[in-house]
Amino acid sequence: MSPDPAKETKDSSRHAQDGTRHHLSPARTLDLDPLIDDPKTRIVVCCGSGGVGKTTTAAALGLRAAERGRKVVVLTIDPARRLAQSMGIDSLDNVPRRVKGLDDSASGELHAMMLDMKRTFDEIVEAHADRERAAAILGNPFYQSLSAGFAGTQEYMAMEKLGQLRARDEWDLIVVDTPPSRSALDFLDAPKRLGSFLDGRLIRLLTAPAKLGGRAGMKFLNVGMSMMTGTLGKLLGGQLLKDVQTFVAAMDTTFGGFRTRADATYKLLQAPGTAFLVVAAPERDALREAAYFVERLAAEDMPLAGLVLNRVHGSGAARLSAERALAAAENLEEPRIVDQDGGKAGLRNSPDTYGSSEPAAVPESAAVPESPASEPDSPVDPDRTVEQLTAGLLRLHADRMRLLSREQRTRDRFTALHPEVAVAEVAALPGDVHDLAGLRDIGDRLAAGRPELPETDA
Amino acid sequence: MSRLQVVSGKGGTGKTTVAAALALALATEGKRTLLVEVEGRQGIAQLFETEALPYEERKIAVAPGGGEVYALAIDPELALLDYLQMFYKLGGAGRALKKLGAIDFATTIAPGLRDVLLTGKACEAVRRKDKSGRFAYDYVVMDAPPTGRITRFLNVNDEVAGLAKIGPIHNQAQAVMRVLKSSETAVHLVTLLEEMPVQETADGIAELRAARLPVGRIMVNMVRPEVLDATDLELVRGTARSSLAQSLSAAGLGGARRGGQAERLVAPLLAQAEEYAERYTLEHEQRAVLGELGLPLHELPLLAEGMDLAGLYELATELREQGMS
Ligand SMILES: Nc1ncnc2c1ncn2[C@@H]1O[C@H](COP(=O)(O)OP(=O)(O)OP(=O)(O)O)[C@@H](O)[C@H]1O
Ligand SMILES: Nc1ncnc2c1ncn2[C@@H]1O[C@H](COP(=O)(O)OP(=O)(O)O)[C@@H](O)[C@H]1O
Ligand SMILES: [Mg+2]
Ligand SMILES: [Mg+2]
Repeated sequence: MSPDPAKETKDSSRHAQDGTRHHLSPARTLDLDPLIDDPKTRIVVCCGSGGVGKTTTAAALGLRAAERGRKVVVLTIDPARRLAQSMGIDSLDNVPRRVKGLDDSASGELHAMMLDMKRTFDEIVEAHADRERAAAILGNPFYQSLSAGFAGTQEYMAMEKLGQLRARDEWDLIVVDTPPSRSALDFLDAPKRLGSFLDGRLIRLLTAPAKLGGRAGMKFLNVGMSMMTGTLGKLLGGQLLKDVQTFVAAMDTTFGGFRTRADATYKLLQAPGTAFLVVAAPERDALREAAYFVERLAAEDMPLAGLVLNRVHGSGAARLSAERALAAAENLEEPRIVDQDGGKAGLRNSPDTYGSSEPAAVPESAAVPESPASEPDSPVDPDRTVEQLTAGLLRLHADRMRLLSREQRTRDRFTALHPEVAVAEVAALPGDVHDLAGLRDIGDRLAAGRPELPETDA
Repeated sequence: MSRLQVVSGKGGTGKTTVAAALALALATEGKRTLLVEVEGRQGIAQLFETEALPYEERKIAVAPGGGEVYALAIDPELALLDYLQMFYKLGGAGRALKKLGAIDFATTIAPGLRDVLLTGKACEAVRRKDKSGRFAYDYVVMDAPPTGRITRFLNVNDEVAGLAKIGPIHNQAQAVMRVLKSSETAVHLVTLLEEMPVQETADGIAELRAARLPVGRIMVNMVRPEVLDATDLELVRGTARSSLAQSLSAAGLGGARRGGQAERLVAPLLAQAEEYAERYTLEHEQRAVLGELGLPLHELPLLAEGMDLAGLYELATELREQGMS
């Protein structure tokens, strides 16, 4: 399952200068620019479990590829409202729209669309049946509930739309987002499941009594049909069964089978030029899903480009451990009397390896007032306030460091399981990503592969 | 407090966790609650660290103070077979139908049928009484489908309208609707203090209200502790870096002079404070949006060490302290 882990992990100590990562068994850094720049890359699929940032990653990659000169279409599914607005696709119209506001100096283009599964399904019907028959299918009550949201319809239609976009051959690169489901595997499995169901044995039994002329067939059919029309008819009502029958019969003659169609689009995912990105947050459930998905891709001969580890936390002060930060915060928060002694004792015991022994050296900027001028009459002792604030900063830092080590542990487990998978880390931004600037920022981070952009003001 | 507590919310916000904590919280001394799961995912078993639950009510926990929590994973196929057995005395034919895949087929082509079987089972548990006339369960808590599907899921009458107009399923739907639209039921929505889940919560409440389903409370989950408040953050911005460096130094973190260890901590600590401030502002905005929905809000803390049984009890205690029992 994990081909030669040793080979690729050696030369990737790029994270080593980052203090938080010294104990990491380093994973390969995923280099995304070569992937999106390569003219042979035609489809990038962003998969992962719900809420991890698939849509954000897909949009950010699409934007980046476009600004680097490619003609790109992004197929988003269920984007956050403000993000969709920023790309000009907040009204569902199921066709790609050119996104404005790009840096087009490299003469690329970005088009974006939001999947409308019902519309996509309607279009298939309209494309495959003459007008009269199409109208009959579209008006069929079973068809209506199927297209409005049957288990797997969204995945099926996402695949279908991908196939259509690819067939138009108008874009250099198609970036595909996947439906929000709890399992990343649903994107691969749901279309086939739905296809098999609609093409399945029971539906055959219901729809094709005339075709099954054989004796054995008849016998089975009689038993089956009597039970169906008996019990199921009582439960579901005769009308629903009739609707299903007419729907399937109508689709069959025009459309050539759901399963066949699902298989055809599935093949597209195995074609050269398709690359998968698995998106995950550094959390147990998300990475477990990611691991399943990685294994499945390998089993299906589908090319995995790598893992996007999104919403990773970092710290510019990682050399200060959570424990030390907390101890120092407590020290500062102790009541004054105790504090003076305690503070000094703390200092004497402080393992300050850099040997700066001055307790409170006055730096050059000492002229700056020590407490905000806005509170001149404050009864609070200004030193006390600074100490409390400093303690607060230290507590924030301790929380951050705990989070970092938890994320690190989860991530290490994934790397141990799949050392062959290249990883790009994207930092957790404090706010949502809802405009082109935000997407560009995510794109930069994706391409850098590391969670922190180089610090400038340290 | 309504006897049927339905817990919905955006995917991944903590529906299963909150439902379980609520079942524990409601099981005060001498009470008994039933926690039901309807999506066949065995989320309850995972949470309580037990083997997969069968289609059978079993005791899975004793709540703080001695109440009991039972759990049930409702399987729509088995529930349908039960019905068929009860009303049509199918015997072996029922099994044959199952073998043919007809049961699966029926619940698949008619999602309303599946839903009415699931909600029906939960409502049956709500109404069930023992020989002495006492309710079998004081409360039933349902780990329900996510916000996007909850209204359709609960609005079974509309959903089965296209099905048979007579027979047990139809009657069942009527009975279920009577419970679900009454004050016997409350639908709670779990959210995080983030834009997308809050939006979904607002949309979900509007849909539930339009369908005349009783909306209960908003459960804000995974709330981060407030380390610094707005005033503190203002003060931090107004404080000289040198003072902070000195303070860090006084706490034993090295030299305050330029290049000293304490001095070099100042910039990254301030950067973290800025990130915190930005998130703090966003969270306050989202809290305000939630506040406008006019429902009681409960907040559950983010458990820094991740979720386990001990954490679940902690959340349950929190819910009790906030008056949810
Ligand atoms: N208060 C909390 N503190 C820390 N972690 C939490 C908290 N609540 C939930 N979690 C964790 O968040 C994750 C999602 O929770 P849970 O499975 O309950 O969500 P859900 O809404 O039921 O998800 P789904 O939509 O997949 O059913 C789990 O890993 C859970 O342990
Ligand atoms: N790196 C990040 N930092 C901060 N917020 C992020 C990041 N990635 C995603 N988000 C936010 O998380 C939410 C869910 O992201 P989304 O891309 O819609 O997830 P998915 O498509 O996987 O469900 C959105 O509000 C998005 O803005
Ligand atoms: Mg999405
Ligand atoms: Mg759940």
